[in-house]
Amino acid sequence: MSPTKKRFDIWTVISLAILGLYGLFLLYPLFRLLLESIFKNGAFTLEYFTKFFSNPYYGTTLVHSFALSISATIFALIIGVPLAYFYNMYEIKGRALLQIIIVLCCMSAPFIGAYAWVQLRGNNGVITRLIESLIGHKPPSIYGFRGIVTVLSLQLFPLVHMLVSGALKNVDNSLLEASENMGVSGVKRFFKVVIPLCMPTILAAALLVFMRAFADYGTPLLIGQGYQTFPVIIYNEYFGETGTDHNFAAAVAVIAIVITAIIFLIQKWASNRFEFHMNALHPIEMKKATGLKNVLIQLYTWGVVLLAFMPQVYVMYCSFRATSGKIFVKGFAMTSYQKIARDVPLAVRNTFVIGIIALAMVVLLAVLIAYLVVRRRSKLNDTIDTASMIPYIIPGSVVGIALVIAFNRKPLVLTGTAFIMIVALCIRRIPYTIRSSVAILQQIPITVEEAAISLGCSKLEAFFKATLPMMANGVLSGAILSWVTIITELATGVILYNRNTITLTLSIYTMVSRGSDGPAAAYATILNVLTVISMLIFMKFSKNKDISF
Amino acid sequence: MSVKIIVKNAVKKYGDNTVIPNLSVDIKEGEFFTLLGPSGCGKTTLLRMIAGFNSIEGGDIYFNEKRINDLDPAKRNIGMVFQNYAIFPHLTVRDNVAFGLKQKKMDKKTIAEQTDKFMKLMHIDEYADRMPERLSGGQQQRVALARALVIQPDVLLMDEPLSNLDAKLRVEMRTVIKEIQHNVGITTVYVTHDQEEAMAVSDRIAVMNLGEIQQIGSPKTLYQRPANLFVSSFIGRTNIMEGRLKVEGGKTILCLENGYETELTNVREECRMDQNVKVSVRPEEFVINTEGKGIEATIDDSVFLGLNTHYFVTTKGGVKAEIVQESLIDSILPQGMKIHMTVKSEKINVLTEDGSANILTGVLNDKPE
Ligand SMILES: Nc1ncnc2c1ncn2[C@@H]1O[C@H](COP(=O)(O)OP(=O)(O)O)[C@@H](O)[C@H]1O
Ligand SMILES: [Mg+2]
Repeated sequence: MSPTKKRFDIWTVISLAILGLYGLFLLYPLFRLLLESIFKNGAFTLEYFTKFFSNPYYGTTLVHSFALSISATIFALIIGVPLAYFYNMYEIKGRALLQIIIVLCCMSAPFIGAYAWVQLRGNNGVITRLIESLIGHKPPSIYGFRGIVTVLSLQLFPLVHMLVSGALKNVDNSLLEASENMGVSGVKRFFKVVIPLCMPTILAAALLVFMRAFADYGTPLLIGQGYQTFPVIIYNEYFGETGTDHNFAAAVAVIAIVITAIIFLIQKWASNRFEFHMNALHPIEMKKATGLKNVLIQLYTWGVVLLAFMPQVYVMYCSFRATSGKIFVKGFAMTSYQKIARDVPLAVRNTFVIGIIALAMVVLLAVLIAYLVVRRRSKLNDTIDTASMIPYIIPGSVVGIALVIAFNRKPLVLTGTAFIMIVALCIRRIPYTIRSSVAILQQIPITVEEAAISLGCSKLEAFFKATLPMMANGVLSGAILSWVTIITELATGVILYNRNTITLTLSIYTMVSRGSDGPAAAYATILNVLTVISMLIFMKFSKNKDISF
Repeated sequence: MSVKIIVKNAVKKYGDNTVIPNLSVDIKEGEFFTLLGPSGCGKTTLLRMIAGFNSIEGGDIYFNEKRINDLDPAKRNIGMVFQNYAIFPHLTVRDNVAFGLKQKKMDKKTIAEQTDKFMKLMHIDEYADRMPERLSGGQQQRVALARALVIQPDVLLMDEPLSNLDAKLRVEMRTVIKEIQHNVGITTVYVTHDQEEAMAVSDRIAVMNLGEIQQIGSPKTLYQRPANLFVSSFIGRTNIMEGRLKVEGGKTILCLENGYETELTNVREECRMDQNVKVSVRPEEFVINTEGKGIEATIDDSVFLGLNTHYFVTTKGGVKAEIVQESLIDSILPQGMKIHMTVKSEKINVLTEDGSANILTGVLNDKPE
């Protein structure tokens, strides 16, 4: 009478394989990064950390980064939460178009916004001159703190909108009706009922926005004008023109990880206090607002969305302007496109090849990990769960640098390959896809899989023949967003790419940094068009028209 | 081919929580065997141990002579029907039914024939090409049953298959299930918490409580001679009263309230002694006595149900009881009326004071020692 021991089966093999991948491509690089920050020519030293904390200049950048990120987070919430509320509660004209524009807004490479705002509101910008001619003197400058916060808020509120919309879809209409019966309606209902119900999501959105703002270095670089931020140091110390110090860059990266980890823990602590689950039997019914209220709602939703979209429209417009050398001149021409014509095919091919492989890997791994986490709870799988969430709190540039440090030397030289870019994309995107897959899987009864097994399926067959098809729809609506994020990824790509693996997003970046505004705009336009096309294809094939995060 | 199932000293633990401490049961070849018990008593757990979805922390399970503890669930050749149907939503009715056959890599012709045969048998052939989401609950459960049976399993396992259906459909489907089981002749283990359903379909029932089997027997045995207090009150309705047994001049007398005494002729030899007892009297085992003999009680309420009339009474000693009488043509006894009642002494059950055992003869319990 021996007790049966836990069976070693195919899923155990998958667990071990995934853990191996994380060990090799995430934990090992982070470990190397740490070593790099505390060893100088083979000897242990803390001088890089001392350097950071003894020079007030670095401290200031940290303060700057916090000030920026907190402000941008607050503004993004203030704009994004009401937008999500209006969008889900009321009938909005041109919903589908609005949806696409919103996705485009949060998916454009961060620096494009900054770049376009400089063109529009810089010292010599179109809008600046327009205002000047109207009111007689120059409007306040866009440069510095205010500019960065404006650009980041406009860049990030669409993200808040998408997340909070997801939460609102789970609010049962009867909750709203009940509160109305108790005399809580209108603005009061928004604050007393809707906000508390969405609180867990709002906190999650706040974290995400904060992390993005904190990690962004493109915007401060372009629009900061001396307002130095923390990620810029990492980048400069690693890739700057002069005086780079890789060890110091590594040390700063380690500090960045510690900070974001602390923020993450604070957020987790805060959201634990709001933990509850909702599932709407009767989703919110959209109402038609009337009169002035309707006008205001339509104005607000379209207003903020178009404001956020304006930089991209402007960039697309610029791509068709005539140029002379690097400068735009009067009239329209296709010169910008002609200039890049030779390089576009490679960039498009890379974007698609790297993107599709990365997407396939992301979906496969995330679905497998979600399965392990939900259906096969064990110490091993909890470890995988934790490991897979680490990249969620690590700035993209740090992931990139860690990969370079780990794989630019023997025994495994991978830098300069498309493979390493795919790895980086997987690491970055998988945490999001896991979260959504877990949510989907929790809705699927385990008995479906057991039915398949009792009908003769092996465990793996049961997963692929029964559970996976049931997940497909949900996973698909997450996949489109992954796709868009993947093809617009910049943070790691900029560190890992070379001539042969350059993508469209990276092409925009190189053109901007060379001051070739026309070609940059042309690349950006091509990327936008491809993004829109892929979203349209998705919407045609997906059963539910919503793009979920 | 059907099998007999033998469970020997099975133990199930979730972490430190022992859900099934030590359970044995023998299920005969081809019989319709039901696990009946209140929610949370471990029925599903036991069923899933037989199916192979739960690990077994101790003991053995056999299909015929073959120990299956470590056999992969896919290789046990079981058909399973779940409470939530577990139909594959992405496959048509036909593909759902054919799933197991395709899995066995049978040739196309056999698959088509068998699938058609079982869809006809379950009366779902007209929906063959529909997607499951467009079927009613009852139809979905028919698909699930066809899908489980078409692979000609050795054992059919069903976990509360009817509890998601409405009352009327439930009654209809249980007839369907019983008929099919009878025709196919397959060993069936059926789980339910509904005693009426269990009585309606089963050859034998195992009554479970807190992870232990209380009694195994035919519906008739369980109803007429329950092995203990739990079984007597879980199967059917009953009234529990305090009583005293006394042995006088070779006769065993049961003393109830109000000095009412009745002779018992079926008390087991070794239990014939003076002692306090619990008495289980089913509502139909009371007789209203018009001569002022028996327990005195007041009528609180009455419910007329056509064939029978139920009276809810409180005895003089404060015990609430329910009585069923065949409805009379003249009138219903009014509220507040005082009545006297006696019991049908050959039918009632007498249990030890702690309720752990029935002290009458004729108690059958197939529970293995
Ligand atoms: N996966 C599990 N983990 C821990 N405890 C469980 C699990 N499944 C069931 N239990 C516990 O085992 C007991 C029996 O459950 P179950 O077999 O589902 O009861 P039944 O089917 O008779 O209603 C319950 O107390 C339940 O809480
Ligand atoms: Mg159960």
